[in-house]
Amino acid sequence: MNLRRDVFQAIADPTRRAILLLVATQSMTAGAIASNFNTARPTVSKHLQILTECELLQQEQNGREVYYHLNPQKMKEIADFIEPFRKMWDDRFNKLESIMKNYKPQ
Amino acid sequence: MEQKTKIHAEEGKQELVITRDFDLPLELLFKAYEDADIVEQWMGTKVLKLENKKHGSWRYETSYDGNVVFSANGVILEFVSNEKITRTFEMENSAFPIQLEFFEFTSLSENSSRVTMQIVFKSVSFRDELLKMPFAYGLNMAHDRLQEIVTRLK
Repeated sequence: MNLRRDVFQAIADPTRRAILLLVATQSMTAGAIASNFNTARPTVSKHLQILTECELLQQEQNGREVYYHLNPQKMKEIADFIEPFRKMWDDRFNKLESIMKNYKPQ
Repeated sequence: MEQKTKIHAEEGKQELVITRDFDLPLELLFKAYEDADIVEQWMGTKVLKLENKKHGSWRYETSYDGNVVFSANGVILEFVSNEKITRTFEMENSAFPIQLEFFEFTSLSENSSRVTMQIVFKSVSFRDELLKMPFAYGLNMAHDRLQEIVTRLK
């Protein structure tokens, strides 16, 4: 299995990126994650399955509940981790620059 | 080609410095940080509150599909027009400790300017954890960029 290809496919989907964003700051149950989306629950479950299979998410049993959290090790594998962070700021700053170049004071 | 946005993260230090040069006069660069409507446009987030004054506060909220997926807030400690902003940054619903952020704005020429953003973390490991989580910020991260990065790994 080409695991890296799977990681790429996993993050190519906007809903899955939103799920990663959501659990980046806190562990959540599938139900809690699904409640944040208007998508049908089975669809969200499918997304969680894909993210778990390529190890971007980890499952943790806590009593009767299964919690999902981000797997930082895997996130690190996505790239030299500073580069996506830099690119994100670069994109924002490029946007800022183009907005302000067209800025007309009221 | 030299990169316009630079990140300096020295190993073992609990801080991060982001620097960017703009083809903009200093006043316009500062305006992009001061004006809530403009912040919303380039940060890709909703600005719920932005009190540009000493002891003022701020709050941002990012939504996807009509639901809030990320929110952050803080206190503005210093605000000097066209010069500096110092603030705290707290990710809501998160175990991350509050960060301290220093923004410095300098004029390079009549039509160019620079912002330096120094982020101070509670510990080195919290800084490194944050760097591993581009998604904590990057919902609007362009897909082709992701593709580019991941393709390099193959």
